Amino acid sequence: MELTGAQIMVESLKQEKVEAIFGLPGGVILPTFDVLYDSGLRFILVRHEQGASHMADGYARATGRPGVCMVTSGPGATNTVTGLATAYMDSVPMVCITGQVATTVIGSDAFQEADTIGITRSVTKHNYLVKEVRDLARIVKEAFYIASTGRPGPVLIDFPVDVSRAKTEFVYPKEVSIRGYKPTLAGHPKQIEKAAEMILEAKRPVLYVGGGCIASGAAAELTEFARKTGIPVTTTVLGLGSFPETDPLSLRMLGMHGTHYANYSVQGSDLLIAVGARFDDRVTGKVSLFAPKARIIHIDIDPSSISKTIPVHCPIVGDVKHILRALTGRVKKLEIGEWTAQIEEWKKKHPLKYDPSGDVVRQQYVIDKIGELTNHEAVVTTGVGQHQMWTAQWYRFQNPRSMITSGGLGTMGYGFPAAIGAKIGRPKETVFCIDGDGSFQMTLTELATAVYYKIPVKVVIMDNAHHGMVRQWQELFYNRRYSGSELGPSNPDFSKLAQAYGALGIRVEKKAEVVPALEKALQCDGPVVLHMVVAKEDNVYPMVPTGHALDQVMDMA
Amino acid sequence: MKHTISVLVENHFGVLAHVAGLFSARGFNIDSLAVGETEDPTVSRMTIIAQGDDRTIEQITKQLNKLIDVIKVQDLTEEEKISRELVLIKAQTGAQNRSEVLQIVNTFRAKVVDVNPHSITVEVTGNEEKIDAILELLRPFGIKEVVRTGTIALSRKSELNLKGPKEAPEAKVEKPEKKITGKKK
Repeated sequence: MELTGAQIMVESLKQEKVEAIFGLPGGVILPTFDVLYDSGLRFILVRHEQGASHMADGYARATGRPGVCMVTSGPGATNTVTGLATAYMDSVPMVCITGQVATTVIGSDAFQEADTIGITRSVTKHNYLVKEVRDLARIVKEAFYIASTGRPGPVLIDFPVDVSRAKTEFVYPKEVSIRGYKPTLAGHPKQIEKAAEMILEAKRPVLYVGGGCIASGAAAELTEFARKTGIPVTTTVLGLGSFPETDPLSLRMLGMHGTHYANYSVQGSDLLIAVGARFDDRVTGKVSLFAPKARIIHIDIDPSSISKTIPVHCPIVGDVKHILRALTGRVKKLEIGEWTAQIEEWKKKHPLKYDPSGDVVRQQYVIDKIGELTNHEAVVTTGVGQHQMWTAQWYRFQNPRSMITSGGLGTMGYGFPAAIGAKIGRPKETVFCIDGDGSFQMTLTELATAVYYKIPVKVVIMDNAHHGMVRQWQELFYNRRYSGSELGPSNPDFSKLAQAYGALGIRVEKKAEVVPALEKALQCDGPVVLHMVVAKEDNVYPMVPTGHALDQVMDMA
Repeated sequence: MKHTISVLVENHFGVLAHVAGLFSARGFNIDSLAVGETEDPTVSRMTIIAQGDDRTIEQITKQLNKLIDVIKVQDLTEEEKISRELVLIKAQTGAQNRSEVLQIVNTFRAKVVDVNPHSITVEVTGNEEKIDAILELLRPFGIKEVVRTGTIALSRKSELNLKGPKEAPEAKVEKPEKKITGKKK
């Protein structure tokens, strides 16, 4: 039987077992929305398309399955660009379907026309313009395949309205064959052999673990490898949760706001094993001074990540899970007692700390308490800034896919829609969005979405009346000239705002009110907004200022 | 250093923009780029001439390999290869110096493709050095316009196998290793 392009699109999404589509309709995508109407597929109507792309991203990070968003042409498509760029930087599988004007008028500056393929080229893993309806099923199949294999990433399908009306026979392809795309999974045996030798020789080894470990689903393999060898583990912000942070081998996060002991360990190491991490500048500090005594093994599925910023001694291209398994079989418990004793000493001497005195609410305290009350097992999303770094420092993540944050692009406004997406993907789990007053106000319109669909996410807004991280940099490096970073007088009462949308809103101004408010939030079965009025001029420490080596750490007095 | 990179790509709409976009987005410079269909009409070959140190070129080839529509990437710089460029040169000539210009044209085995009272247009094919040399010799007469195709190149070795995988990443892994141990010694 012949189907229209719109029907083929929806059927193909069903074939891919899509659970939810996040989006917002408009002119040229209407034929597809018409089919969607009684298709049985779950559709979440957002209030702004950026929200749709972040929700799809949050869904994907929480579940490991590609998130799907569907929007119209022109402004609908351009509004998803920040979401695509966020997903691209953090290697998140996503399929974004954008309407497009009819093929006959493309290029004529038609109403709501934008060159979506051109605009999104550099923020997607791949993109397609569907010119013929007979190509559509294959394109959808390929899009899901490309998005979720190799180094994952967002794929965009630009879908012209005339193609959505044209008809053809529908056959959903069973297999994908793309001659230019064949990701390597098993690492090269010789390289694995060599890495195992390097590991057995090491006296001061450190595992440096990034988001690739979580994307590969290799948290269990990593934990087994680390415990078998006794090698301490530090993670990037995207790697949080790949190794339990309460484990004695955990060094917590490294980098600009990492722990002293993680950074000292990396700097003092003689072998650094990078696992699905890409040597981001927030991790390395000054590149030329990074891990000066270390030989480096780099496990990554993306060959272009290897020796991009830091030359490595033993690259292994392939899937982290495969390679860690192969390595675990070739190693034994290392005799590195001196090294672990040194690390213990650093841990004792330089713990993470904050000033617990007084009645004022401190973000570190709030996050610490959220951790305790959720047994460190909630799914936590964040915006970007101080609250994000404190979440990374104080929550103590246990499980993969529990820290959902924009690490690479640093997208403020990501946290709240991502939390909605995550909750839809994992409805049985508690989902917290720990947000800043600045970040939250970038996408707070999605309160309407959360209330309408009764998505019980718990939003904790850390209102320090500033773009806190910007203010911190201005305090430290720009003579306290707070240019453009103060929000204070214009911030609304977020609890009342939440109430106006129909959510539960609670305002917290004193430390003693924090735990009761959190308990109330945990009991509530609808969306909750906790407005935490927090210390205004608190700084995130430890901090390695830009251009410094990782062991040149600033800390609170 | 100048590198000659040969790239086999899907003969689709938008692929050129993807490749060119990769260069601009990563801040790589292209000296020239020539594209055309190959013996297989579903495949095009791009010959890209780009400047960069070994590390930049390594990144370029890796990034090119990452593009879904790229089938195969080969750095021909160190390879035995045939490379050619075609150039059209419109030189200023009058009755007095036309024969002098023609002499140069003959020496380079170039072809005259158009003559009028004030100028002569010649077609030259060759490698880059040859083309630079004839341009240098014609410059004193006054060059009105020049157009170059950019270099195209083929390896002298057997043809690139389309069916095989892209250049296997394993094939490259030994390279950085050697460099580093070299430095440390």
